[in-house]
Amino acid sequence: MTDALLSLSASEAVEQLRAGDISAAELFELYAGRIEKFDGELGSFLWKAGDPPEARRDTPLAGVPLAVKDLFCTEGVPTTAGSRILEGHRPLYTATAVRRLLAAGASMLGKTNMDEFAMGSSNENSGYRPVHNPWDSERVPGGSSGGSAAAVAAGLAPWAIGTDTGGSIRQPAALCGIVGLKPTYGAVSRYGMVAFASSLDQCGPLTRNVTDAALLLRHLVGRDPCDSTSLGLPEDVTLPSRTDLKGIRFGVPRELGPEAEGIESGVADVFNGTLDLIAELGGEVDEVTLPHAPHGISAYYVIAPAEASSNLARYDGVRYGHRAGNGTLLDLYERTRAEGFGTEVKRRIMLGTFALSAGYYEAYYGRAQRVRTKIADDFREAFGRCDFIVTPTSPTVAFKLGERTGDPLAMYMSDYCTVPMPLAGIPAISIPAGLSEGLPVGFQIAGPAFSENRMLDTAYALEQRIGFDTTRAFVQ
Amino acid sequence: MSRELSTVLDHIEKISELDLDGVAPTSHVVELENVLRPDEPRPSWPRDRVLAEAPDAAGGGFRVPTPGR
Amino acid sequence: MSTEFEPVIGLEIHVQLQTRTKMFCGCALSFGDEPNTLTCPVCLGHPGTLPTLNAQAVHFGLMIALAFECEVAPRSIFHRKNYFYPDLPKGYQISQYDLPLATSGRLAVPGGPSVRIHRAHLEEDAAKLIHQGESGRIHGAGSSIVDFNRGGTPLVEIVTEPDLRSAADARDFLQLLRTTLKQIGVSDVNMEEGSLRCDANVSVREVGEQGFRTKTELKNMNSFRFLERGIEAEIERQIEIWSSGGTVQQETLHFDPVSGSLTALRSKEEVHDYRYFPEPDLVPLVPTEQMLDAARAALPELPAARLGRYEREYGLGSDTAAVLVGWAELGSFFEESLGAVSGNGVDAGALARWTTGELVARLREQGLDDPRESQLSPRALAELVLMVQSRELSQSAAKEVLTELTQSGGEPGAIVEAKGLKPIADSGELEGIVERAIEQNPAAVEQIRNGKVQAAGAIVGAVMKETKGRADGAEVNRLIRQKLGIG
Repeated sequence: MTDALLSLSASEAVEQLRAGDISAAELFELYAGRIEKFDGELGSFLWKAGDPPEARRDTPLAGVPLAVKDLFCTEGVPTTAGSRILEGHRPLYTATAVRRLLAAGASMLGKTNMDEFAMGSSNENSGYRPVHNPWDSERVPGGSSGGSAAAVAAGLAPWAIGTDTGGSIRQPAALCGIVGLKPTYGAVSRYGMVAFASSLDQCGPLTRNVTDAALLLRHLVGRDPCDSTSLGLPEDVTLPSRTDLKGIRFGVPRELGPEAEGIESGVADVFNGTLDLIAELGGEVDEVTLPHAPHGISAYYVIAPAEASSNLARYDGVRYGHRAGNGTLLDLYERTRAEGFGTEVKRRIMLGTFALSAGYYEAYYGRAQRVRTKIADDFREAFGRCDFIVTPTSPTVAFKLGERTGDPLAMYMSDYCTVPMPLAGIPAISIPAGLSEGLPVGFQIAGPAFSENRMLDTAYALEQRIGFDTTRAFVQ
Repeated sequence: MSRELSTVLDHIEKISELDLDGVAPTSHVVELENVLRPDEPRPSWPRDRVLAEAPDAAGGGFRVPTPGR
Repeated sequence: MSTEFEPVIGLEIHVQLQTRTKMFCGCALSFGDEPNTLTCPVCLGHPGTLPTLNAQAVHFGLMIALAFECEVAPRSIFHRKNYFYPDLPKGYQISQYDLPLATSGRLAVPGGPSVRIHRAHLEEDAAKLIHQGESGRIHGAGSSIVDFNRGGTPLVEIVTEPDLRSAADARDFLQLLRTTLKQIGVSDVNMEEGSLRCDANVSVREVGEQGFRTKTELKNMNSFRFLERGIEAEIERQIEIWSSGGTVQQETLHFDPVSGSLTALRSKEEVHDYRYFPEPDLVPLVPTEQMLDAARAALPELPAARLGRYEREYGLGSDTAAVLVGWAELGSFFEESLGAVSGNGVDAGALARWTTGELVARLREQGLDDPRESQLSPRALAELVLMVQSRELSQSAAKEVLTELTQSGGEPGAIVEAKGLKPIADSGELEGIVERAIEQNPAAVEQIRNGKVQAAGAIVGAVMKETKGRADGAEVNRLIRQKLGIG
């Protein structure tokens, strides 16, 4: 019975809940029990909900439990953004994305672990503890949504929401063998998402399959009067159903493709194998070029830290969060932030402050914003010749804990294939496509802005053909 | 820290090699304009809730060391 | 050989807009409430919050831009100005930098300086720091309390070119600017309460010198008097320095009106690098035809237009008109007064002269900035002037009545009765008094016969004294000439 319940995907669970075949309480108990039993070793949750929810059968999501990355403000419930500077902080309001899902009937299972302020690609920058990849506990789950990805891959939550700025949903999804989607910038409200890089951050689903991702996305999207940069999607999100890929053109950019520098051979093999499956399904595969994509990391690691240095200025110990003892005002600011922020956050604040400073602005931030324009132009040009662009999601499979913590640049390179999309504001999804050395490899599909429905449909058809079992790493 | 930072900076320097003449910077990736909020008041948060999160609340406000000392 | 220096002054004015809510959140705008009772996660800078732009603030901003003949930018964006201070909850202020709402405007004081407006932009106000300590001022306190009620109030910052050449001009200009803002209804422009704040950038140079010398910034002068005196003091100080071979340092100064001294707040060498970058949480402002039309339509008659109208319709002299136009409260009092007595209309010219002359003198005596703070009603003023006009009251008697009206209120008719100030109705009685005065002033008569017509003043004075001012001056003069047989 428990196994049957556990094996239900979120969409399947919704159906059965609405039909009254299972109860929300028992589903909640199942997951809460597994978290209790297994998360001590995994480390994916920073806060766990106590009580099971009331019956919500007649809502669209009917009480299915949901894991929420600790970057989302949840009223009265501890929200740390993975940082000690917000230890114990209970927000005065709930993020719009979470509010929408709760209103649609989801019930919150807990807040998941993450890299501090979403800065990282391995969840090793969490101010609390690292997260272990359910596929191999000596390896990282990816980041910054490492907790959400691990929880779903380990079967500790049916689905989760995370955030993606440079790849923070897609890369952990790839490393944990699940589905992760970053929507078009502006599709989902950012109100209540603790800000990292405002012009890049987006909320998205981490799920066992593409159908679940679509269902979650449907209830996330929409224009929010509290977020001036939100516009929702032009049409409702539909659940995917495509069975072939006839007439769909796929572009492989040589700069981000299997031949690109840093792409592991095992990853390249799975990628090429997936291209063959695409052809089998009737899709056309061609080479395209994104000339400025190799500069994506450089542009990203100027823009994101710059915006972050400003977004994190509010953590000063005055109105909330950690506060360091007494002294002068300057002492208050310096000690609070020195104590509360981890090393990577400090590094990025310094980098960002430098990139914005007088005399350097044009050379760094100014140029990075121009590179961004070129990257967006490159995509527009390429989408004139293909419907979707495909790349490996991550250059490598999950690396070992501690392997890259001494080499920030190596860590940043994990995002090589995922940063161009947020820079251009376009959506992208990662689906698990195979194994290399026994570890999952993700396949990324990127589409033009607002192409979510078509992209989900395409991903679904491919997913069905690939047949990857996303329950394989469930902890027992 | 500074060694690691300079490695990162070296990589970032690559963008100085690009020819970006005449390219406009992207300051906003979403094409929206004139998003305005109607000037209608809504209730503020009660003071006790607002101060409950403060590390040092006093006298109805947030206490800080006086600037300039 | 002494060099002649001329002052070079520019003003930076912050105007709090009288919208119903704050600039970037829906908290109500109010004054004098208990600390931190008008806040929310947005204006407190809580994690995850985002700003939303107040439509009415934009509308008011456009009105200000149009009122000062500015060019409205077809596209403007917001920028973040980054620095740490307890009254700045986000660690940055949302403002505008190189693409402001409006540029290149002008405001000319009638008969005075014509000043170019460099720019006008939108931004949010900081919160308030309340210092706990004996005097309540910054130095001497140990801790401070931050009150975020004011934080987020919509502001328009107006910056002029350095076109002003004297402290008096600066005062006149600011007065007209204030009047204009008040009349268009975007702010209550109260300097004491801080809804209008003015800083001055002051430098001097030799007359005829091209280019500018180092300027200093005088901050936060919260009244016209202090502004004028502070600028004057700074001009003197700078001239003294240059004249004695020194160099003026770039500084920010505070003027203490009590002691008359200028103290440095901080050196501009420590000037902050604000690391401005475009605000990613707000989208560009692209004023549409509709928005501009609405702003234009919402503008009432502006001072320059009003000046012209006063000259044309009422035949007012430009000096008199300029006073009425430049002083909001006085002008509106005049207009109400003019409209108060219908039917037998009061002469606008006479009413204007009484308003800008006798009434202003009494306001100054009583230390009042607003005629409505006196006991005089607009209707009473109009009735008084009408009585003089129709010869029911003499000029000098009317002045006495006006004093009574401004101090204690009431109606002119009743006061005239009570004080027995009616003019002498019986011309026989008056003739007799004039004859007696002529007899008693032979020296004056002698002078008059010798062609010195002004000597009649002594005789007029004697008549006025006898009649307690009730005689009509013109009539007295006529009788004197008649008695002495001069034309």
